[in-house]
Amino acid sequence: MMKYSLKVPCNKSKLKTIRSFVDETLGQYSISEIDLNMLVLAVDEICANLIVHSYNTSSTADCIELHIKVEENEGVTFEIVDRNNEGFNIINYKEPMLKELVKARRKGGLGLMLVKRIMDDVQFRSNGDSNICRLFKRMPLAEA
Amino acid sequence: MINITKESEHDIFIIKVEGDVDASSSIHLDKAIRDAIEKGQKNIVIDCTGLQYISSAGLGVFMSYIQDFEDSGSKFVLFGLNAKVANVFEILGLDQLLTIVETKGQAKSLINDEI
Repeated sequence: MMKYSLKVPCNKSKLKTIRSFVDETLGQYSISEIDLNMLVLAVDEICANLIVHSYNTSSTADCIELHIKVEENEGVTFEIVDRNNEGFNIINYKEPMLKELVKARRKGGLGLMLVKRIMDDVQFRSNGDSNICRLFKRMPLAEA
Repeated sequence: MINITKESEHDIFIIKVEGDVDASSSIHLDKAIRDAIEKGQKNIVIDCTGLQYISSAGLGVFMSYIQDFEDSGSKFVLFGLNAKVANVFEILGLDQLLTIVETKGQAKSLINDEI
């Protein structure tokens, strides 16, 4: 098992840093470009959601932690820890219908839909002053 | 990083998107499309040959104009998506709600056939 971690400030400009970290970390393993891009996308969506809804986006302090755990025969687990927000209430989340969003000319509402389609398991929990989103994807991963 | 350039070819307005369209940059893509609509462009083509990455923020921009294009009878075509970007459109089935072709020639002939 291998573990990798990154801490970044809560700022939209850091999304590229987060994506590059996931891309480079998992790029060491035998994974197709399309699968790798989908995992990068899932992490990007969760982090973008946290940053957009953050109280203090001007803060330069690191507030998002990303942990990646690779288990060769099991799959990959991402843990996104956020210490700056109220947390995401998945219980109140009702997946919208794509056609309704189109009709309403909405721009939002697709992020979590993508994450749920891509990952095998999506969990949110609050732990004292931090919120943790855990994403799991079952896939065989061998070092390339 | 995102780079947007615009050009007109006869009756067709082409918006070329290069780089990454994410939560921090999608606003620029949105502005380019909105400006084109406000200027009365009826045939809009998005050149995605240089598009390296798209997240839900970018998909949302395209989604938000589908109804307007339908209502106004405008033509809106995307071309040149790489496999990774095309896959992101396919995850939620947005590829079925937008007109996506492979080449600029196909995009132009699709519009010219319908004019």
